Amino acid sequence: MAKAIESPSFERYGLDDDRLRWMLRNMHLQRTLDNRGFQLNRQGKIPFATGSEGHEGIHAGAAVAFSRGKDVLVPYYRDIGLCLGIGMDPLEALLSMFARGADRSGGRQFPNHFTSKAIGMLSISSIIAAHCPHAVGVAYAMKYRKETDRAVLCCFGDGATSEGEWHESVNFAAVHRLPIVFLCENNEWAISTPRERQMAIADVVQKAAGYGIPGVIVEGADPLAVYKTVKDALDRARSGGGPTLVEAKCYRFLSHTTDDDDRTYRSREEIEKHRHLDPVPRFERLLIECGIVTDEGIAEIKKEVLAQVNEVTDRAEAMPFPAPQELYTNVYEGTHEPWL
Amino acid sequence: MAVAAPTQTMNNVEAVRATLYEALKADPRTIVLGEDVGARGNVFLITKGFIEEFGPERIVDTPLAEASIVGIAVGMAMEGLRPIAEIQFADFIYPAFNQIVGEAAKTRYRSNGDYTCPLVIRTPYGGGVRGALSHSVSIEALFYHVPGLKIVAPSFPADIKGLLTSAIEDPDPVLFLEHKRTYRLVKGEVPTGRYTIPIGKADVKRAGDQLTVVSYGLYVHQALDAAARLEGDGMSIEVIDLRSIRPMDKGTILESIRKTRKLLIVHEDNKFGGIGAEIAAMVAEEAFFDLDAPIRRLCGPDVPAMGYAAPLEEEFMISTEQMAETMRELVRF
Amino acid sequence: MPTTITMPQLGETVTEGTVAQWLKKPGDAIEKYEAFVEVSTDKVNAEVPSPVSGVLREIIAQEGETVPTGAPIAIIDEVASESSSTPAGPAPAVQAPDPTQLSVHDLTLGREADRQGADEPVPGQTFGVPAALSASSRTAGAGGGSNGTAARGADALNAPDALRRVSPAVRRLAREQHIDLSSLRGTGTGGRITANDVLAAAHQGPSAVVAATVEAAPAASQPSAPPAAPVTAPTTARTTYASPILGETIKLTPARKLIAQRMVESRHTAPHAWTMVEVDVTSLWRWRTAEKDRFTREKGVPLTLLPFFIQAVVRSLRAFPLMNARFTDDGIYVPKEVHVGIAVALDSNLIVPVIRNADELSIGGLAVAAGRLIEKARTGKLSADDLSGGTFTVNNTGANGSVLSAPILNSGQAGIITMEAVVKRPVVIEGDAIAIRSMMNVCLSLDHRVVDGSIASAFLVDLKKRLQAMGPGDTL
Repeated sequence: MAKAIESPSFERYGLDDDRLRWMLRNMHLQRTLDNRGFQLNRQGKIPFATGSEGHEGIHAGAAVAFSRGKDVLVPYYRDIGLCLGIGMDPLEALLSMFARGADRSGGRQFPNHFTSKAIGMLSISSIIAAHCPHAVGVAYAMKYRKETDRAVLCCFGDGATSEGEWHESVNFAAVHRLPIVFLCENNEWAISTPRERQMAIADVVQKAAGYGIPGVIVEGADPLAVYKTVKDALDRARSGGGPTLVEAKCYRFLSHTTDDDDRTYRSREEIEKHRHLDPVPRFERLLIECGIVTDEGIAEIKKEVLAQVNEVTDRAEAMPFPAPQELYTNVYEGTHEPWL
Repeated sequence: MAVAAPTQTMNNVEAVRATLYEALKADPRTIVLGEDVGARGNVFLITKGFIEEFGPERIVDTPLAEASIVGIAVGMAMEGLRPIAEIQFADFIYPAFNQIVGEAAKTRYRSNGDYTCPLVIRTPYGGGVRGALSHSVSIEALFYHVPGLKIVAPSFPADIKGLLTSAIEDPDPVLFLEHKRTYRLVKGEVPTGRYTIPIGKADVKRAGDQLTVVSYGLYVHQALDAAARLEGDGMSIEVIDLRSIRPMDKGTILESIRKTRKLLIVHEDNKFGGIGAEIAAMVAEEAFFDLDAPIRRLCGPDVPAMGYAAPLEEEFMISTEQMAETMRELVRF
Repeated sequence: MPTTITMPQLGETVTEGTVAQWLKKPGDAIEKYEAFVEVSTDKVNAEVPSPVSGVLREIIAQEGETVPTGAPIAIIDEVASESSSTPAGPAPAVQAPDPTQLSVHDLTLGREADRQGADEPVPGQTFGVPAALSASSRTAGAGGGSNGTAARGADALNAPDALRRVSPAVRRLAREQHIDLSSLRGTGTGGRITANDVLAAAHQGPSAVVAATVEAAPAASQPSAPPAAPVTAPTTARTTYASPILGETIKLTPARKLIAQRMVESRHTAPHAWTMVEVDVTSLWRWRTAEKDRFTREKGVPLTLLPFFIQAVVRSLRAFPLMNARFTDDGIYVPKEVHVGIAVALDSNLIVPVIRNADELSIGGLAVAAGRLIEKARTGKLSADDLSGGTFTVNNTGANGSVLSAPILNSGQAGIITMEAVVKRPVVIEGDAIAIRSMMNVCLSLDHRVVDGSIASAFLVDLKKRLQAMGPGDTL
């Protein structure tokens, strides 16, 4: 067991031990659910899964900065940890994977395209950056209604910052000084296209200057730094300071999805070179060094998380698919004649 | 005899304007956003004076970015506002295609009703104004194919008011098309006070029993004119103004066909894959044994757009004479 | 060379413009491209540059007047000069056949288009469709433009075997009605059997179906036709009504006998009262002038003031149904229908054919119906149906130059109305200004047993309002 001496570099930003352990647990839960998706896919039980390994630090940090019941999260499809972190039940993740009728989208959406108006999590499509203007619209509504304790957290990958809708969104938010934080989870890869093929600049935040808003780079593997950066940006947004572009650097350790084979475009060596950026062991080490958790405590967390994931997997799998007739509902309000 | 409600004479611009004004007055959730809707009051002066009365927070001059005009409006709608987005000319709507088709129209469906998108997208469309390639197009067929979207294209002031009010209050996204040739050309009596006309209900603008003409937009007016001329020749022609393009009012069309047994569809948008194709197919499927003549379509030609030069525009547009001639042929057939 | 300057179209959707200020007065020299008039529309205000060099001959649209785009506003006498040899750029204000204008006037929309001003009838003002754009030239065969209706569609109507095959509706009706299609002769295009042919056969037996036009029953065979005698009145007398011999007595033709009898009967039975209003028809006149050439070309009947007047009358009759009523022994009968008689003066007699259900016709429809009846009257082809059932009569006395008439009621009707000659008169208009307006007297005789003066006056005032509200841009 490591010594319970605080590291001189350790800044906890006012987060207590329970909160830090909760963050670690969230990271394990995310990783376990990720794995479960790939496992179920390889078992032939679900057609498709998306991984987020490497993003856990960003999600845990940003989730703590998020003000539950007030802020709105406009996530993208790799944000499972963030969605869990702001209050989504892990069962929802499995219902989504299994496409069960009880899924909030009724089994319509791809896995990891969550929705929950109840917890302030906007429904998204898979079209990259198409959700960014929605986030801006939500922020506009908050500002219009003078809801000064609310802000929007809008997430996307590095590839999204090439899309016109992303630029239009940042520009509009900047012009109107809207309460929104644009959180770029830069994992260096847009499926097979590396960052240097996506943009001619080294850092996504350089784009912020073009819109007259601050841009901040943060180490995505460090959930505490992410927490601090996103919290400051959200506070600034809520107090009328306008939008911030936060670039959280990370690395995508898995293929884009279960349908992607990343061996066709990157070497195993390259992945291993980035292994030190894996946020989970790093955060574990930190908390152990600081005496906040023990090795046994971590083992306990993992065991407990696995049990929970197993339990929700079994529960979700046992639930029924949506009835075929559900295809025809919720096209419009009320009934709709699909065979006009 | 029905007691006449108080009315006001308006042209189509004034009808749109009055309806928007009433909506803004009635509901603080209503936001108008688009290019030049503020100080300029929209390029057709539809929103003139609004920014002074309702403020720049509700009359939002947006950057020149159509995708985000619609996209931001989608977000506003998901968050409980009642946005009315304007695309300055329908020709400029293409950049917003994804936001309309991929996002607005699917919000309710993809979230299984968790989120809805009560949004109106207004845009002026259509030719006959020397608007050339990029200020003349009809875009309805591009969006017609999209479930989750409603498309409305009224062209009488009273219909505009009733349908725009319905569109603003509708819980789903509505594409509201305004034929710009009719903006100042068409005038009529508009009842005062709030009223709605249900979306998806066509209107028999003229009753007749020898031929059914189905149209919308500018051409409804020409079709009515042509039908009136032919009346002098003893021809009795029914003219249906669809008003709502989607959903289609099957009932009104079929009821008319069963009476007249002949159908002419007239629209400005090009023929191939157009609204008329769907109507013709529907009638062929559902009223085959009522048809006493082949279904005819009088539509725009299969070219990218009408040209700026007068003869090019003229060649594209359908004259009242051409409509009358086709109607006559069908009646006599 | 005089150049007519028209109201330019300032803005894509603009349909009318107001002359804000004349920057030149008649007699002033104007250089090409020199601004000579300021025009305002609901979209923009602009100075209009002259398309030619010359001298301003005449101002047609006065300051403050609102006129439709394309309407003439001034005439400039062009001066041949060096500058005129330079290639002329697009000159927005020249009255060129602007195809966008085609649809404006073609559509006859914009009810209120220019009610506010510009009321003076403008001589020679044309809104007509440029000949090059008329339907006939656009559809006149393969040599012309491709925009004929045939070019617009797969022409199933003209497919070679289309006419020999039966439509789905015919097939179904024949089966349902047990009609042998081979026994029918069709009335459709090229003898095609139509659905109506099958239905007619089902009604009458198959052999009754023939291609036929309905022949009007000869008027003479219907002696019981009530309102007036339908006659062509050939007379064998030496002295005739049409060419009387002085000092001799004209033998009464049956028609003249009937007229005499009816007039006396009416005058003695119905207590006649009489009233009149004067109506400002400046706007209506201008509209009719603008439309008449095109209308005549397309419809083959002249566009007189009559159909406009009839339409206003039938609408007023709908508003005042008692004016459409008749006195009977049982009481005052108020019919559902409005059948308007129009008095037609022939060489030797007077005849009143009836436009049935006149309230269901447009102005264009009324013009065609009236034109047909008048033509039939003049050629002696009126049927009994054409002459019966009138509920109210319109008499165009103004056609003969009269400005005041006291007509005798058609028996069995509560009213007869005249439209007197349109004359230009100085009139005091709003703001106590004096203007030259086109005025028309409208005289009404009424059966005092049916209506009182107050109703008659209200009817006339209503009619006057309708007539004065008519103008360019209304639906024809």
